[in-house]
Amino acid sequence: MYQYDKYDQAMVDARVEEFRDQARRRLEGKLTEDQFKPLRLQNGLYLQLHAYMLRVAIPYGTLNSMQMHALADIADKYDRGYGHFTTRQNIQYNWIKLEEAADLLADLAKVEMHAIQTSGNCIRNISSDQYAGAAADEVVDPRPYAELLRQWSSFHPEFAALPRKFKICVIASEKDRAAMRLHDIGINIVKNDEGTLGAALYVGGGMGRTPMIAPCIREFVPLDQMVTYSEACLRVYNRHGRRDNKYKARIKILVHEMGAEEYARQVEEEFAHLLEQGVEPPAAELDRIRSFFQPPEFAVGLKEKADRSDPDFALWIDRNCSPHKVPGYVSAAISLKPVGGIPGDATAEQMHLMAELAKEYSFDECRVTHAQNIILPHVEVERLYELWQKLDEAGLGTANLDQVGDIIACPGLDYCSLANARSIPVSQKISERFAENGKGELLGELKLKISGCINACGHHHAGHIGILGVDRKGTENYQLLLGGSEAEDVSLAKITGPGFNEAGIVDAVETVADLYLAQRQDGERFLDTYRRIGMDAFKEALYG
Amino acid sequence: MKILTGNDLKSGAVVWWDGQGWSIHITEAVDAGDEAENIIAVESAARRVNAAYAIDAEQTADGPRPAHIKDRVRALGPTVRPDLAVPAVETVGWDWVI
Repeated sequence: MYQYDKYDQAMVDARVEEFRDQARRRLEGKLTEDQFKPLRLQNGLYLQLHAYMLRVAIPYGTLNSMQMHALADIADKYDRGYGHFTTRQNIQYNWIKLEEAADLLADLAKVEMHAIQTSGNCIRNISSDQYAGAAADEVVDPRPYAELLRQWSSFHPEFAALPRKFKICVIASEKDRAAMRLHDIGINIVKNDEGTLGAALYVGGGMGRTPMIAPCIREFVPLDQMVTYSEACLRVYNRHGRRDNKYKARIKILVHEMGAEEYARQVEEEFAHLLEQGVEPPAAELDRIRSFFQPPEFAVGLKEKADRSDPDFALWIDRNCSPHKVPGYVSAAISLKPVGGIPGDATAEQMHLMAELAKEYSFDECRVTHAQNIILPHVEVERLYELWQKLDEAGLGTANLDQVGDIIACPGLDYCSLANARSIPVSQKISERFAENGKGELLGELKLKISGCINACGHHHAGHIGILGVDRKGTENYQLLLGGSEAEDVSLAKITGPGFNEAGIVDAVETVADLYLAQRQDGERFLDTYRRIGMDAFKEALYG
Repeated sequence: MKILTGNDLKSGAVVWWDGQGWSIHITEAVDAGDEAENIIAVESAARRVNAAYAIDAEQTADGPRPAHIKDRVRALGPTVRPDLAVPAVETVGWDWVI
């Protein structure tokens, strides 16, 4: 994986010292909160419901064991012994003290990490496929391109004050495991008929209060022009994006109102202009970056099938392991969704263990997924059983990837000052309900996603079943949505009808799951059945 | 009644105006009445509180209860982590939040 050079390290170290001085001046009263707020936000430090919250960037979700150990140490030293992995492949700490924040950032910098551009109207952390470099179906490892974009977008002066925040995702396979078309720019690296790699650019997707699926703006951009084309996309947005209304400021609104065709036309015009300016990073820089992402030294002649005599282990393989491009290896998912647990939370002890297991079993690498789980990307099939035993002993062996218990949930009203309703208790109750009644075992793939407000950090628009928490006259109320998908069969979920209280929404989820079980045909997922029989059948079951 | 809340500047902890200073216990909050804006201005300028604001609350036998659930969650801590709750939870109980 990528390692900082002296310039990367110098930039991050300088930023820590700059923030140290800013925090000192705030604590001494030389800066007001109004003056300090934009400065702390540029370093990922929010003031949340209970305390300061720090969001740490994890570029394309990739961590080595040293970094994961450091995140665990930070949880112990500066927080309350845990962290929360987010739907943007980052980690958040909920109980940070301002007087210690600069020391925390200095500790992060020691392991080549930071919290820069995790807030504000700038280009945020670049996300990617959690199986990058391992997936059997990828055309190339997308991470060097994500890293190139990370370097291009870090401190980019032209894009430091965009109309609104901006999220980019890079994948390199037909299967979309990263919600690529629900980003401001989604890049899919593809191979054309001549066997040449290029980038398909999808622009203007997103969730939030106005969910949109990004249309394809350009089907094939040569990879040595990818940054230039991205810059053209940003320039047109920066020029025409609305700054008068925060709720209409995202690029998805611009592309929608301008029309994808006209937006693409303006991008092409800008692209032609930029090609003359020579803004593309030199090929040598991409080669340098690529050298950090060389495949590890995989063994050959390994056993390709595991002993499945332990039924719990066999279930975990079936649900949590994904095909690897190298025979004898798989990618193994560590579920952070135990029954009744808090989605995405991990204790410092669990983080230390995951770091040790990454080192011992996965060439020192792990990945954070947008579904708030952790992946060990390169595990020998022969060693899977001992790995699973260690995970299971630590409460990390839950076999539920993409099942009803693998719920995405934002922090909700338990932690977030923007939220209208709590997400976590609802996720816990649903997870417990389907574990207790045994129906969870019957449902197969069912992606359930919960947001505590319209900002949709819990991706409810993209859930096969989505739940949106709203404030109804001062009490929590939950809307039910059906039919969303963040994958290659992307779609936006639709609201079923009137909302439910906390107990009612759990019953409602069970009702729609029951209808699916009664109606499904061979091999159908919940989403397939929904698409075949339509919303009305579900409405009838819910409301009579 | 109007009560005042904000965050401690250094630690970020949720605090409540108790008539003399800022307490982490909602049970010690007092009615700021018409003085709310003045108190916020003076205390913010002195850096004894950060991001302070006034909220509506009702007086109950257990002390003030904020009108909005968001401030009730702020008062006790995350409902999903009772181990992290402030001690006031022993007085009012978790049912008080909902």
